[in-house]
Amino acid sequence: MPLTREQIAARAAQELRDGYYVNLGIGMPTLVANYVPKGIDVIFQSENGMLGIGPYPTEAEIDPDLINAGKETVTEIKGTSYFSSADSFAMIRGGHIDIAILGAMEVSEQGDIANWTIPGKVLKGMGGAMDLVSGAKRVIVAMEQVARDGSKKLLKECRLPLTGKKCVNTVMSELAVIDITPQGLLLREVAPGVTPDDVQKVTEPKLRISPELRTIKI
Amino acid sequence: MNKVVANADEAIRDLQDGAVIMSGGFGLCGNPENLIKAIHRKGVKNLTIISNNCGTTDKGLGILLQTRQVRKMISSYVGENKEFERQFLAGELEVELSPQGTLAERIRAGGAGLGGFFTPTGAGTQIAQGKESRVIEGREMIFEKPLKADYAIVRAWKGDRWGNLVFRKTARNFSPMMCTAARITIAEVEHLVEVGELDPDQVHVPSVYVNRIFQGTSYEKPIEKRTVRKG
Repeated sequence: MPLTREQIAARAAQELRDGYYVNLGIGMPTLVANYVPKGIDVIFQSENGMLGIGPYPTEAEIDPDLINAGKETVTEIKGTSYFSSADSFAMIRGGHIDIAILGAMEVSEQGDIANWTIPGKVLKGMGGAMDLVSGAKRVIVAMEQVARDGSKKLLKECRLPLTGKKCVNTVMSELAVIDITPQGLLLREVAPGVTPDDVQKVTEPKLRISPELRTIKI
Repeated sequence: MNKVVANADEAIRDLQDGAVIMSGGFGLCGNPENLIKAIHRKGVKNLTIISNNCGTTDKGLGILLQTRQVRKMISSYVGENKEFERQFLAGELEVELSPQGTLAERIRAGGAGLGGFFTPTGAGTQIAQGKESRVIEGREMIFEKPLKADYAIVRAWKGDRWGNLVFRKTARNFSPMMCTAARITIAEVEHLVEVGELDPDQVHVPSVYVNRIFQGTSYEKPIEKRTVRKG
């Protein structure tokens, strides 16, 4: 059974450790915050200048001066700090963020990532994505294996304009957990009831299968 | 020394067509609302605006697009504005996209007297095209130039009559660097206080960077994405 979006987020959350500073991208990655393992402190960073993002506010708590990088209203927690955009990206670029978890349109077997633009479609801009993929200590992509039009997203080479080169460490999808290694893609975990063949069918490059292959536990 | 002006219109009295303006704010958060409206009223044209975003279709900097006052935008993300999209696709608006951290650092470099910097951000992507690249400590890096402006317009929470500024929560964003990188920096504040009232240890922008300051009025503080949990 392929994982739901919530379950992919829950699997990604298993990578979090006590004391980690983490940046979550917009969309599915945002859900990771709901699955932080009990008993550990994980601090979420927001590119617009905040460490320590709390839950969404109640109606009474809404503050227009307090938003996340997705421009959603949020709250602070005990221990929150605020800073400028220059400080925020010094933190990101300087390798002080332990993990960035983000979505992608394409990832290559070298760890290249494309997630900011589709030529000929509407221009939006890269925001902080290029800084995050080049600066975080570990980059995890949470995405589905196949795009809406049926095309594969895990490729030998990205076709879309890149967000960053050789920067993705791990891909977590509805079917699998795949590491990007100097020898190519390494299949480490499969979803319950999913075979390595099922994953290979929706993955363009050849997968190597870990000798310790195991089933994803949520 | 008197930096206090009566209002936004007086603060931009010498703003002319073709000016380069940095505007603080992240989306609609932390926008200098009074100053943007004054620029809209004054009707100056051919502006270059440096700001992370360009407001929404009818809020924030977006209102300057409606009146075709902007010739060029330098931003990292411009996705929430239909009029922006239309003008860009029609070739009426020039756009320079800079990764968000690079944009922030280019502004900081402009204000700090630096000639630019090498960054790993964007190496090997479209953003690197036409830029000098070097391998530094084993990593490919690209050269990014500083940014400066004729005017910086920011909104702070509190400011004193000398121009010391304190921001509130995530309304700070790009504003502190912008204050350092413009020939004339104008701050509108929610609370204009007397010199000595701000705790010197809590000042985010020292007064040297601010040229004009005034008490803002009628803050709307629009919210782009109102996300709530049940109380």
